[in-house]
Amino acid sequence: MQELFWLANTVVAAPLVGAVISGVGLKFLSRIVTHWLTTTLVALSFFCSLAILIGYINGRYATYDHNLYTWAQAGNLTLTVGFLIDRLSAVMITVVTFVSWMVHIYSIGYMADDPGYKRFFCYISLFTFAMLMLVMANNFMQLFFGWEGVGLVSYLLIGFWFKKSSAIFANLKAFLVNRVGDFGYLLGIAVIFYYFNTLHYADVFTQIKPATPTTLICILLFIGAMAKSAQIPLHVWLPDSMEGPTPISALIHAATMVTAGVYMVARMSPLFENSVLVLSLITIIGAATCFFMGILGVVQKDIKRIVAYSTLSQLGYMVVALGISAYSAAIFHLVTHAFFKALLFLGAGSAIIAMHHDQDIFNMGNLRKYMPITFVTMLIGSLALIGFPGTAGFYSKDLIIEAAKYSSAPAGEIAYYATLFSVFVTALYTFRLIFLVFFTNERMGNSVREHLHECKPVVTWPLIALAVPSVLVGMFMINGILHDFFADSIKVLPQNNVLAEFAQQQYTGPFSMLLHGFISMPFLLMLLGVATAWLCYVKYPNIPSVLTKRAYIVRTILINKYGFDLLYEKIIMPCVRWCGYGLWKIADVLLIDRLVVNGTAYSIAGVARYLRVLQSGYLYHYVFTMIAGLLVLLLYLFYG
Amino acid sequence: MNITVPLLSTIIWLPIIAGAVMLLWPMRYLPIIISIISLGLCISLGAHFDASTWQMQHMENMAWVPALKLNYTLGVDGISLLLVLLTVFMTFLVNIAAFTQVDKKQFNAYCAAFIIMQGLMCGVFFALDAVLFYVFFEAMMIPMFLIIGLWGGPERVYATFKFILYTFFGSLFLLVSILYLGHLADSFSILDFHKLSVGLQAQRWLFWAMLFAFAVKVPMWPVHTWLPDAHTEAPTGGSVILAAITLKMGAYGMLRFMLPVLPMGCAFFAGPVIILSLIAIGYIGLVAIIQKDMKKLIAYSSIAHMGFVTLGMFIAFKMIDSEPQAVVGLEGAIIQMLSHGLVSGALFFCVGALYVRMHTRMIDEYGGVANVLPLYAAFFMLFALANVGLPGTSGFVGEFMVILASFRASPWYAFFAATTLVLGASYTLWMYKRVVFGDITNKLVSSLQVLTVNERVVFTLLAVAILLIGVWPNLLLYPLHEPATHLVQQMLNIR
Repeated sequence: MQELFWLANTVVAAPLVGAVISGVGLKFLSRIVTHWLTTTLVALSFFCSLAILIGYINGRYATYDHNLYTWAQAGNLTLTVGFLIDRLSAVMITVVTFVSWMVHIYSIGYMADDPGYKRFFCYISLFTFAMLMLVMANNFMQLFFGWEGVGLVSYLLIGFWFKKSSAIFANLKAFLVNRVGDFGYLLGIAVIFYYFNTLHYADVFTQIKPATPTTLICILLFIGAMAKSAQIPLHVWLPDSMEGPTPISALIHAATMVTAGVYMVARMSPLFENSVLVLSLITIIGAATCFFMGILGVVQKDIKRIVAYSTLSQLGYMVVALGISAYSAAIFHLVTHAFFKALLFLGAGSAIIAMHHDQDIFNMGNLRKYMPITFVTMLIGSLALIGFPGTAGFYSKDLIIEAAKYSSAPAGEIAYYATLFSVFVTALYTFRLIFLVFFTNERMGNSVREHLHECKPVVTWPLIALAVPSVLVGMFMINGILHDFFADSIKVLPQNNVLAEFAQQQYTGPFSMLLHGFISMPFLLMLLGVATAWLCYVKYPNIPSVLTKRAYIVRTILINKYGFDLLYEKIIMPCVRWCGYGLWKIADVLLIDRLVVNGTAYSIAGVARYLRVLQSGYLYHYVFTMIAGLLVLLLYLFYG
Repeated sequence: MNITVPLLSTIIWLPIIAGAVMLLWPMRYLPIIISIISLGLCISLGAHFDASTWQMQHMENMAWVPALKLNYTLGVDGISLLLVLLTVFMTFLVNIAAFTQVDKKQFNAYCAAFIIMQGLMCGVFFALDAVLFYVFFEAMMIPMFLIIGLWGGPERVYATFKFILYTFFGSLFLLVSILYLGHLADSFSILDFHKLSVGLQAQRWLFWAMLFAFAVKVPMWPVHTWLPDAHTEAPTGGSVILAAITLKMGAYGMLRFMLPVLPMGCAFFAGPVIILSLIAIGYIGLVAIIQKDMKKLIAYSSIAHMGFVTLGMFIAFKMIDSEPQAVVGLEGAIIQMLSHGLVSGALFFCVGALYVRMHTRMIDEYGGVANVLPLYAAFFMLFALANVGLPGTSGFVGEFMVILASFRASPWYAFFAATTLVLGASYTLWMYKRVVFGDITNKLVSSLQVLTVNERVVFTLLAVAILLIGVWPNLLLYPLHEPATHLVQQMLNIR
């Protein structure tokens, strides 16, 4: 236990120390010191996480739940800061710190020419700290701290280039949309406190009774997850977040922060399991995000936005898995996705550097000739993304699709078809990107072409380091996932346990699953998708333009992203502003100030104007008044 | 350990005497020295403070006007201790900032006004005699009127006038109520008031009289409209103290007079007060979004944040059966008072730092400040986030506790209170975006002077305080437990 105590504290403290020193010393420390310091500390954090994970895999460690200090205590409320480490958080922290470490190294190359270089390292270390606090929290309040912390750093990093008006629009949008989710999450905490009088996970989970209104709690918590993990209709911030530097798109908006919602739901599985209604809602929302957002990837031209829509779609997969109670499958896909999606983003960033920050895939072409490492690693990432048998993405995605097939949940059928057809869409947009960027003719200008070359090793090494787990991690994890590796952390009711059903009926080992993968329906659809991409963008490049003209309405809908942005920016936002303006001008200024306050002042002045007549200063006026008064008094006394 | 020096009287009268001396003989460093001494005194008060009792401590008692049974009674409990600390700390910062932000000719009178006011404000928090309280409560406003009226902006006369009109209207009702209670108790000691059992009918009348008096100060909707004007016209230090301390007077008055003395009246009218608080949170939040003047925006945000204070106090009456939760709400309200003092003060310092350089408060005329003043941008960001209520800053603690507690009173209260998450972020960060982010559009912005040492000291101290409370609020909650629990018992002891 003592050992775990030190390891856990080091995991969290190392990035915090890095962030604080580099933040306070922004002016004094040199660039080299800053990046060495932060990168080394994150590496330290990674190795500690790895030690913890290995300990859990060996079965050496038991669940660790320890409070560091009492944050606040009042009445019946006791809030502590502490860490919960079990297999679930051990896996998560290893993934988070590994990707973060890779992104730190990559940024040394990617951000080399940026004036905000040191500030950038400070932010990403701070992010790593906040994310670890979120993952390792042992209570709802601390999770909220990490939750808001990652949101804050995401806000700061989307607006990293704060001179760009589009960047500072996108970061405010991201923060506000996330706040809508936090609104739900915070109310969820309030309900939990009301019913359980504690916010400590373990205490809450053991006190769940059939009478607990889990539906209300779970809906509120899930609203938070919807914003953080970008599910319809709170997904609008994620594509715009691509305004930030590419390394953070990889770290925050693909691998870690956006999956926080998925992690949160999995962590709270004892609550969610009790509400069929909310699980169905989760399934439907996940399926819709998975399918509809994938389609949008097909019409995008910006390389980062394509990857961003694919992130939305993959998050949809994870949420579907949550909805059908296959929490372990969701976490599995979260892990594999973290590796291959970070890889894809960093690869895209590599291409963007080579293209001198031109992100339009229609200006690229045939880059494989100039950037072989980027090409090969991106190809690996893409194969993992589309779930090519054998890659990590295959195991996790196939597992979700199979689980959806076995699911008897109310929305199980929707989940199955949505995830199945998304395989086709995923293959289509992914290979559209691969073909347009790395194959076909060279469409870039001459000045760009002359300088095309592979990036420095500091950029390509992280790509290679991420490509390895993108292939291998699936094979190693699948056995554990199907044999209750997370049993201590994730609770599934027996009647909902689709993964166990799948393991019992079909699963005989990673290799047979791989073989089965070649004759399954998803594989066919995937081939179809790749073939379609090849036909449309390599063989007959004029097909898309013909289609665009024929299906004008469809294209308009897709280009406008189904109108969500229009709804928020053209209808809801102006309404809020008009409300504020109306209340201010009518109630505050007109009614209260003009009518009541100034009105009182004027009416006093008005009354005083008449009263003034009485204070004439002439003695005979006063004497006359006194006599008159005396007379009235006498009359009253005699006759009253 | 025995303390022979009357500590509380020293904390009150030392700055007042020093201020008077300063008016006669200008001394440039006296205000800072006095502030440091006062801080030292407060710390020694805190060190000799017993947090395990709700009883008043360090009591001082002297006959004042025996014929009228008036006494000069002072005492301190956890609540007033923290508020006095806040007062002295904020005045200290105002004095530091004044060195570079205030014209040399005005400096002397300006600082004298502030340290006199510091003493008077401490008097309000220490007073245990209702009439003494009233005297400090009113006397404190005189320097404030002068500060706004003499060194304020172009519309200062209207602002001061409105301010006076509102506060004196309220004060009259307060005086009448105090006289009535004094007559009833045959004493003006606040502690004797607490032992009174006032009839229901009288409680209802007194409730409205006192509510009006204190609501003006808080300020609650709809008697809030003096605040945006007073803030916009006040000089930086005036805005800081007004937001940080003066607004707390109203809430403190409620804690000392309304909740324990008139529990039945409060319970009877808790619903309307809660609704007014929620209006302050929601309605004022919306109004804040569209403000064009930075100071007005922060003033409106102050009203919204003070809504949490009144909400946290009055939800207790809606959950009579659950005392512990009522304590959560009440302590949350007090923490919110302290945090709001720091955060709104910090934001007014931020605006002040820009105002002395550009002489405008209009959001439109700024943009891209981060390009020129990165350090300033970082501090402003932290304070803005505290205003938004981000966990890890002090702004989160009070709001969180009040929302948690209010759910028991009614889920709808929690629902409307939680709208601040979205509204608060909207108005604060939208303003931040337009002022600090973006490219430079106004030439004046590009020639802004870097922060002076004094400003850096002020911002750093505030940042440390805000983060410390955010990371470890138990530090402040600890002395509050006993008085808050006792107060809740008094409140809920409705037979």
